[in-house]
Amino acid sequence: MMVIGLSDYLVVSALLFTIGVFGIFVNRKNIIVILMSIELILLAVNINLVAFSVYLHQVTGQIFAMFVLTVAAAEAAVLLAILVTFFRNRGDIAVDHANVMKG
Amino acid sequence: MALAAIAFYLLAAVTLVSAFLVVIGRNPVHSVLFLILTFFSAAGLFVLLGAEFLAMLLIVVYVGAVAVLFLFVVMMLDVDFSALRAGFASNLPVGLGVGLLLAGEMIFTSVVVVNNGATHAMPMAAPGGVTNAEAIGQALYTDYFYYFQAAGLVLLVAMIGAIVLTLRHRANVKRQNISDQVARTPATGMRIVQIESGEGLK
Repeated sequence: MMVIGLSDYLVVSALLFTIGVFGIFVNRKNIIVILMSIELILLAVNINLVAFSVYLHQVTGQIFAMFVLTVAAAEAAVLLAILVTFFRNRGDIAVDHANVMKG
Repeated sequence: MALAAIAFYLLAAVTLVSAFLVVIGRNPVHSVLFLILTFFSAAGLFVLLGAEFLAMLLIVVYVGAVAVLFLFVVMMLDVDFSALRAGFASNLPVGLGVGLLLAGEMIFTSVVVVNNGATHAMPMAAPGGVTNAEAIGQALYTDYFYYFQAAGLVLLVAMIGAIVLTLRHRANVKRQNISDQVARTPATGMRIVQIESGEGLK
């Protein structure tokens, strides 16, 4: 199989997505690695969008990938700011301790 | 064509291996560095697809901004990261099971979709005989203009939110307050006292 087709890119994207989900499962206490796993998942989505865009000969998918990129950057900025504030108040970043708002 | 295939397999392997090292890494700094490697090789995959503009955007936004932000936060927080790894081994079987199921489903669906034949056999990143960036610009600034503005608004809100969350006013720091200085009058700024001879200033 020397010609690389759409399915090859989709398989890479699916595996990257799976690695991201796996990362969320195994690092349940470490919120920084969870954030990185979310970034991996969004990267997998971007690869999927761009691959389909290129193989459908339509540029729309690349526009959508740009919007996903925007939202990913905004999300990372806000979540890291929340993390810094949480660390200032609690002195640690354990996910289990973030239960102040629990009824 | 063979060279493109070799480049694809190399970039895909580097992407997947470094992504795996991100999630199993013991040291978060190493995880961030492997995340940067993942983004770089994914950008290489985009170049291989012909989407050069998004590849450069990926490097600028992810490597230049997001990954550096992660690096700052990881280095700024003084946290015992080995304690946060507790439960890694006990969560491993569930993670592997769900992951394998998910990967199987997605690969199966992808292959079915590709075999349906709705897509073209050859990639083309910029329809209409223009460059990739030009094609994106022609679509982005016409059909998707309002979405483009909304994306800018999302970034603005995120920026203000991050600043508001992390800004802190320290109580014991002396700062220059210009309006207080300007509002000073001779009446508030000085006091004339008559000192009795031999008594001194109280």
